[in-house]
Parts: sequence; C-alpha cells; structure tokens
Amino acid sequence: MSSDQEHWHFDKVLSSDLDVGHAAIEELLNALTASGWEGSDLFRIQMAIEEAIVNAIEHGNQRDESKKVHTVFRVTPEKVMMEITDEGAGFDHRNLADPTTDELVDKPRGRGVMLIRELMTEVVYNEIGNQVTIIKLRSAAVVEPSQ
Amino acid sequence: MATHRRISVTDDVSGVSVVRFIDKKIVDSGSIEQLGEELNSLVLVEKRNMILLNFDSVEFMSSAALNKLISLNSKVKAAAGRLKICCLRAEIKEVFTITRLDRVLDLRKTEADAIAAFKL
Repeated sequence: MSSDQEHWHFDKVLSSDLDVGHAAIEELLNALTASGWEGSDLFRIQMAIEEAIVNAIEHGNQRDESKKVHTVFRVTPEKVMMEITDEGAGFDHRNLADPTTDELVDKPRGRGVMLIRELMTEVVYNEIGNQVTIIKLRSAAVVEPSQ
Repeated sequence: MATHRRISVTDDVSGVSVVRFIDKKIVDSGSIEQLGEELNSLVLVEKRNMILLNFDSVEFMSSAALNKLISLNSKVKAAAGRLKICCLRAEIKEVFTITRLDRVLDLRKTEADAIAAFKL
C-alpha cells in the first residue's frame, strides 16, 4: 500500500456541543496513532484541532445547538487534512490582532488562530471565515549523526 | 481548608504554595472554568501570593487553559506576589514560546529551580 493512500476518513455533521467535538477529536487522535503519528506532531495536531473545533462551536455557532459543525478528517501516514465548517457569520481572519504584541501579550484571549497557523503546515480560511482547512505534514525524522 | 477538585496544593517549607494539576489533559471547558476559579481562589480567598504551578503531570492544555494562567498571573501581581511555572513538557513549552508567554510568565525547568528562584 502506498504511504499516500488514505488510511482513515471521517465526515460527519456534529452538533454544537463541546463533548461531541471532543469525541470527534479522540477518534482523530486514535486514527493518527494507528497510522503511526506520534510525539510532537500528534501534540501539535491535537492543539490545532482543539482550537479549531472550539472556535467553531463557541465563536462560530455561539453554542447554538440548532447549528452544526461539518467536520472532515483525512489521515494518511504522511499527511492529515482537517476541514471544519460552522454555520456562523464568519470572522475577519485577515486582520486579527497579533496576540504577541506588548499591548496584548498579557491579555487572556486571542491565541487560538495564531496557534493553529504556527503549528500546522498549511491553514486556509474561506472568504467569510466560517470554514478552515488545516493540513499537517509529518515532520522529518531526526537522524542521529554517525560517529 | 479549601476544597479543590482540579488542583492539589502543598506548602513548601519556604512558604511557596506548590500547585499540581489533577487532569492530564486540560481541555474540557467546564473543567477549565473550574480550574480558573480554583487558581484565582488561591490568591483572592486563601491569600496565597507565592505560587508555583508544577506541570509535571500535564500532557496537554488548550489556549483556554493558558488564558487562566494569564489571569492568575495578573491576580498574583496585584497581590504583590510572585507566580512561577515549572516542569513543562517540551511540546507545552513550545506553545508558551510561540505565544510569547515565556516573556510574561516565569518558566523554570525543575521544581527545585523554581523554589530557589523565589528566594532570589
């Protein structure tokens, strides 16, 4: 089997409930582990998808249980794609304040989107900002130098 | 004596309150809210102002949990106290570095390093 071949595919419409979101994340983490993902890559993916799903439920859908979160995950041993779409009005993802500035660094908010961008290989929002597509490629293995 | 569900607190001989976390993964929003309340109560109710957060048991935390640490730091400062953090696993330390919270919060490698730093 080619390493690019999809090992696991998840495509579900979730209710705006954080417990449901976390259950989906657990399924993703289990699938990643089964495909050989581990260590810091696994941590970074968990961080990014946690932020993306919480943002969709809390900020996008405002925890309105009549609104849904369409969640698609595709896992291969070398690449994971995560697409999260909420039913909210979106947000201006191009003009977010930088939470690392002196004025904002000690404020308790605004780090989720930044963390997704910093930890993942590629992050793309749709025009209005209610859909994010996140891609993470497996990090190159660290090869110990020969003695 | 205060009852905590998300943290455990021990008092070091030097007067530092050493806080450990019950949850290995700090992600659930209800637990994070409760964690924030318990951390804040250390300062506002129990009047502790020399606080060390020991993360040796924590495997994962979301940015919502980070926000609680920032709020705690503000409260400790307002109480003329000091907050330190130790024993972060490498991946969590990276999150502090990316978000530049390593400039705002005093991170130490080990509990002994952190306790010693309170005496400086």
